[in-house]
Amino acid sequence: MSSETPSLVVEDLVAGYGEVIALDKVTITAGAASITAVLGANGAGKTTLLRAISGIVRPRAGRILLDGAERTGRGPEAMARAGIAHVPEGQGVIAELTVEENLRIGMMSWPGIGWRRTERAAALAEAYDRFGPLADRRRKLAATLSGGERQMLVIARALVARPRVLLLDEPSLGLAPRIMTQVMDMVVRLSRENGITIVLVEQNARGALAIADRGVVLNLGRVVASADAATLAADVALRHHYLGF
Amino acid sequence: MVEFLQFTLSGLSFGMIYAAIALSLVLIWRGTRLLNFAQGGMAMFTTYIAIEVIHGTGSYWAGFVVALAAGAVLGAVAELAVVRPALGKPELNAVIITIGLLILIEGLAGIFYGGQYRSFPAAFSVIGLRAGSTPLGVSRFDLFVAAAVLATTLLLAVGFRYTSAGLRMRAAAFNATVARLSGIRVARVITLGWALAGLLGALAGVLVSPSTFLFPNSMDSIFVLGFTAAVIGGLDSPLGAVVGGLLLGLVLSYAGGYLGSQGSNLTPLVALGILVVVLMLRPDGIFSGTRVRRV
Amino acid sequence: MTALSTPRVLGAALVTAVVVVILSIQLNTFRDYQIAEIAIEVTAVAGLTVLTGLSGQISLGNGAFMAIGAYATALLTLHLNWPFYVVLVVSALVTAAAGGVVGVAAARLRGPYLAGATLLLGVALPSLAEAYPGVFGGDQGLDVNFTTPGFLGVNFPLTRWQAWVCSAVALVTLVLLANLGRSRVGRNWRAVRDDEVAAALAGVNVARARILAFVVSATCAGMAGALLAIVTGLVAPGAFTITLSIALLTAAVIGGLGTLPGAVWGSLVIVLVPTYATDVATSHGLSSSVASNIPVAAYGAVLIAVMLVFPQGIQGAVRWIAGLLGITSARSGRLVSAPEGDELPPSRHQALLTPGGDPPDPHEKEDTQ
Repeated sequence: MSSETPSLVVEDLVAGYGEVIALDKVTITAGAASITAVLGANGAGKTTLLRAISGIVRPRAGRILLDGAERTGRGPEAMARAGIAHVPEGQGVIAELTVEENLRIGMMSWPGIGWRRTERAAALAEAYDRFGPLADRRRKLAATLSGGERQMLVIARALVARPRVLLLDEPSLGLAPRIMTQVMDMVVRLSRENGITIVLVEQNARGALAIADRGVVLNLGRVVASADAATLAADVALRHHYLGF
Repeated sequence: MVEFLQFTLSGLSFGMIYAAIALSLVLIWRGTRLLNFAQGGMAMFTTYIAIEVIHGTGSYWAGFVVALAAGAVLGAVAELAVVRPALGKPELNAVIITIGLLILIEGLAGIFYGGQYRSFPAAFSVIGLRAGSTPLGVSRFDLFVAAAVLATTLLLAVGFRYTSAGLRMRAAAFNATVARLSGIRVARVITLGWALAGLLGALAGVLVSPSTFLFPNSMDSIFVLGFTAAVIGGLDSPLGAVVGGLLLGLVLSYAGGYLGSQGSNLTPLVALGILVVVLMLRPDGIFSGTRVRRV
Repeated sequence: MTALSTPRVLGAALVTAVVVVILSIQLNTFRDYQIAEIAIEVTAVAGLTVLTGLSGQISLGNGAFMAIGAYATALLTLHLNWPFYVVLVVSALVTAAAGGVVGVAAARLRGPYLAGATLLLGVALPSLAEAYPGVFGGDQGLDVNFTTPGFLGVNFPLTRWQAWVCSAVALVTLVLLANLGRSRVGRNWRAVRDDEVAAALAGVNVARARILAFVVSATCAGMAGALLAIVTGLVAPGAFTITLSIALLTAAVIGGLGTLPGAVWGSLVIVLVPTYATDVATSHGLSSSVASNIPVAAYGAVLIAVMLVFPQGIQGAVRWIAGLLGITSARSGRLVSAPEGDELPPSRHQALLTPGGDPPDPHEKEDTQ
């Protein structure tokens, strides 16, 4: 889209588990503050892709570039500190900790040390400001939140963490349609207002393409389509074949 | 009634020791999902170090402090050198490794310090205190034992709850994946957990050794009872460790007291009885219900 | 014909029996004693490896079952003077019953809670002997009288006969366990170990399978205890400390958990390594406290080293070497995997130490750093 350095570049990435190759030379480019939807059937490799980018799974070949800088092969802690935040499927919050503690964890990936208390407090205040229900529950355990509120906490933590890139794995899983829409709206705001580049894995392909700038379709570990979202949404044959609608 | 009071106070005092060991086991369990069989052995070794320091410097407190520091170091070293390489492999391997570590440490203690029983000084007078003319069954030293363990436990609790490092440890214990993805260096946190556990074990060692004498196997039975206390309380619960320890100390004290000479022989059976009763009702320990389901 | 089929197992047992007979004749009395010792350990460890490796229930208290078998043997021999083979069977039955009781009590326990309960059992049960010295002989214990049978002649060495008896029991145990492992019982055990809920849904009676595993394991330990009684001639609480229970578990894991050859390797290690180390130490003329502790320290170091270098135990290393040499299918002797080879990756043996709910995995190890 723009001519500046893309936020995230994944180049010919190969990754797998034991003898199984889950990603076979996958290439993705995500521009700054864009939303990229990663779509495909179960087992296509979408989750593995996110795990390979965030460092949970070590890639066997290929490169990962964050703002043009090479970050391939780092572990999750290093990737997080470099600015990649990953929310795994169904594991957004730590249920045994309070809302505020979950938000504080978001701050642990801030680069460098010596952040003053006022800066931390300001970040928390900003999150509470935007997400009222969380402010009301800040001392309650995350386990007591409803599904939608938990996703709200997830997004809020992502906001606090100030990552360059946010990888979201099925954020709307298990949520009622109305809540799903709210979550998607929050995701959009993260990218538009806070400039975070979003990579979104979603089963709900229709909903994802509605908010995304670009879309990538995976099948059996390979990229079978990569185009802007509108084009993908209009490609009826593709949609029927790979995306289920 | 006086007897009851004596048994109660004495039981609480020993219970504190079991609680300290139980707490160290819980710390390691929460961080690494591992039973550290070497915990007692490590405590024994640091107590030997303490006694060398005490004889060398003439100061009890120097030995006390060195023991705690050595415990922390030993715990961290054990985690880094021996346990870390074993994670990710079949789970019982790590347990066997800690057993091997226990045997190794006991052997080294025998080599360096000899096998004979050594006496270990108490920080304060061990003469029984009295209320008026009634013997209370506890001494100043017993009070010190209780105070030391309580203080350490409170410090840890406060630390976990209110410090950033404590938050990191809890996050890593509850959900290591999310913790790592948030930038928390879980590996370091785990080493810290082992260091703290080692410190707690060392504390238990110096506190109990005046009563048991010091020899390479002196902490074995304390370890077994501490482990029992941790299981009774629920391995995920620090509070359970303390409650379990006190409970065990009390019941064993009553049994030993009221059953006479037979009581000391039957101590392990009584402990087994308590354990069976508790686990029949709550297979995961008394405080197991507090484990929250993850999202 | 799979590697564990009955003809092959029986053949291996026969060959081993012949080897043992030859060795027992060629070697001296002390070696005969060691053969007996190894056979005793094999009997007990095989039962434990089935309990922990196949049915997924960790036990730190099988030494207690050995004590039951040993004391039963001592008491029966002392008071009723029955011939040994009868005593052996009765002791085994008594211990089996005890195993059933423990299995029922432990049916709801998992992971470290089961470990704790069995640990305490291992510590507590022998103390009964000291609590009731009138019956059990207290600290001094009970003497056990065992002689060679008349038909062997007057000059037949007792130790050789003991070695034969123990080896026979060990081999029969191994053969029976091999069959059990391959049967539906064994499959049920593995199903329960791998996924209790799925097994229950598939119609397996989980509790019964678990209790049966305890019974089998206790029976093996009870027989081993009976053998120990006749070999050492004395049954005292000092022989059944928690060290014994831990040694059994150590042997099972070092040899290769869940495998019967592993029980043999592990027993060899726990009997021979300390002895060898002691020999080395004393031959160097070191002071007694140092000399007696070097084997201890060395043994601990060996345990750590073997576990780090051979995570699958010695049997795992043997299979790996056999695979390298292209000798056999990768499953020789392995009771752990189902016949189709759908082997679990080793780090998933969660049934052993993690009770139910999600354990944090601090070092996820699939292509990670």
